[in-house]
Amino acid sequence: MAYEIVVLTNMAISILFALSLNVITGFCGQVSLGHAAFLGIGAYTSAILSKAGVPLVVTFIPAMGMAALVGLVVGVASLRVRHDFLAITTMGVVFLFTGIVRKQDILGGEIGIAGIPAPEFGRIGLLVTALLCVLAYLLFVIRIRKSWAGFAFDSIAEDEDTARLLGIHVPRFKLFAFLVGTAGAGLAGALYAHQIRFIGPDSFGFVESISVLAMVIIGGIGSIWGVILSAALLSALPQFFQIIDDFKLLVYGLLLFGAMRFAPDGIDGLLKRLFRRAGGTR
Amino acid sequence: MLLIDLCIQGLIQGAIYALIALGLTLVYGLLRILHVAHAALFTLGGYVGVVVTNGSGSFLLALLTAMLIVGCVGMASYRVIYKPLLMRPPLIALIASIGVFIASEELFRLVFGAYGLSYTNPPLKGQVEILPGISLSHARILVVVLAVGLLSGMGWLAVHTRIGIAARATVVDPAMAASSGVNVETIRYASFFIGSAFAGAAGVMVSLLNNLVEPTMGAVPSYKALAIIVLGGLGSVRGALVASLALGVIEAFGTIYVGHILDRDSIAFAFLIMILMVRPQGLLARG
Repeated sequence: MAYEIVVLTNMAISILFALSLNVITGFCGQVSLGHAAFLGIGAYTSAILSKAGVPLVVTFIPAMGMAALVGLVVGVASLRVRHDFLAITTMGVVFLFTGIVRKQDILGGEIGIAGIPAPEFGRIGLLVTALLCVLAYLLFVIRIRKSWAGFAFDSIAEDEDTARLLGIHVPRFKLFAFLVGTAGAGLAGALYAHQIRFIGPDSFGFVESISVLAMVIIGGIGSIWGVILSAALLSALPQFFQIIDDFKLLVYGLLLFGAMRFAPDGIDGLLKRLFRRAGGTR
Repeated sequence: MLLIDLCIQGLIQGAIYALIALGLTLVYGLLRILHVAHAALFTLGGYVGVVVTNGSGSFLLALLTAMLIVGCVGMASYRVIYKPLLMRPPLIALIASIGVFIASEELFRLVFGAYGLSYTNPPLKGQVEILPGISLSHARILVVVLAVGLLSGMGWLAVHTRIGIAARATVVDPAMAASSGVNVETIRYASFFIGSAFAGAAGVMVSLLNNLVEPTMGAVPSYKALAIIVLGGLGSVRGALVASLALGVIEAFGTIYVGHILDRDSIAFAFLIMILMVRPQGLLARG
């Protein structure tokens, strides 16, 4: 049973992480190739505090706060650069993050931080906490989507200049997206640190940033349910791949390529097409 | 003395970056796609270089074979990866490209083994003293000669030949070029061939300098080269060259002077972010 709980907790963390990127890239259309940096900021903040004796749930707040603070800085940068320039800038953020962490002894340097205390309420408790976090974030995100901000995000994602012309305060909504998205990643990071109980610079690199972006894109950019589904599937995938361990990354890479080649609008698009066809025959 | 030494090391590294970044910037200019899988071609070049040199004993033959094979694989990558995705948002092609890159790293590991290959009898080992107190290996000098030769050859092609002029026209306005009788597809294949062949040459040279090729050797150059073409102003060939050399030198100095707080890769990206905040369109963007 312990094994299933671990898998489920990982799944919940991945869903939270993917949902948080979905706010920035999906809703607001700002590509981020460096989202793992914010997972890392949350994880490090939470790990250090909880080693100092702060209860896990209390560390959530500074973990989200730190991630959102840095996220705000990156958001300000996103006001300056656009499209591919933004993609590469955010990629720079993740390299800067790991580069800085590697050289700081307080953050454990190359070795990372080990011996993060187990959550006081046990493995099942952590799973329940993670699920509650996902649920809270999900409700929040759905609320945003249905609000005026959701409409503003859509228009910015579609065409930034037209949005500005319509009188939408583009910088304010972009910053809001970064704030919400990076805070979510920070929360996921705090959970991650206490799930794995060991963190190092290699856990939050470029590859992790790409994996989470792949979850969002395979789910269908901007689609909440598609992203949840694909995050759950992709995070459980390595478990199924145990038998073909040697070819794991080969299959993963080809899967990414195949998904983009044959279903560029993701699970969400696939399902919609399926339903439309079913509806058409009626 | 240290200053001059660092400058020279930086420029040599910059020359390698330039060879890699050229293909990327050509592809970006034509297709508006960030071609991450380019780095896999660089790695492939390294492998072909080592295998052919060890097999035949001729380094020149290896270099030429690597450029030819990698160039052809580059054209195939356009046909298989990008051509079907041209009508999609660029993000889709980017993710597809990253997928191919991840898969190819694994493929190299499965085919050539995880520990990498090295030259049984490394060529061009001799040293030359170019300045009093500073000597360079023949291999390093060849890097510079090759980069200058290939890049100026390309520059000459772009200015003086029909296909070069057609290529530049296609970058500026594909529809207009096509309606003036330019075969845009030919230009794309040719650009992929040249850019990939140069990356293959860079791969051979890096494999010689390190006397090692390993499956992951493409990872760092691929991210760096993306930073370089962004820094230079996406699609600008001249900008990419300037940025390559600048980045090479800055890394050489940075690892000595700020190496205790930032590692080599983050120095490159810190520099990138600083420049982009001042000039969001890159150093030498086209109007």
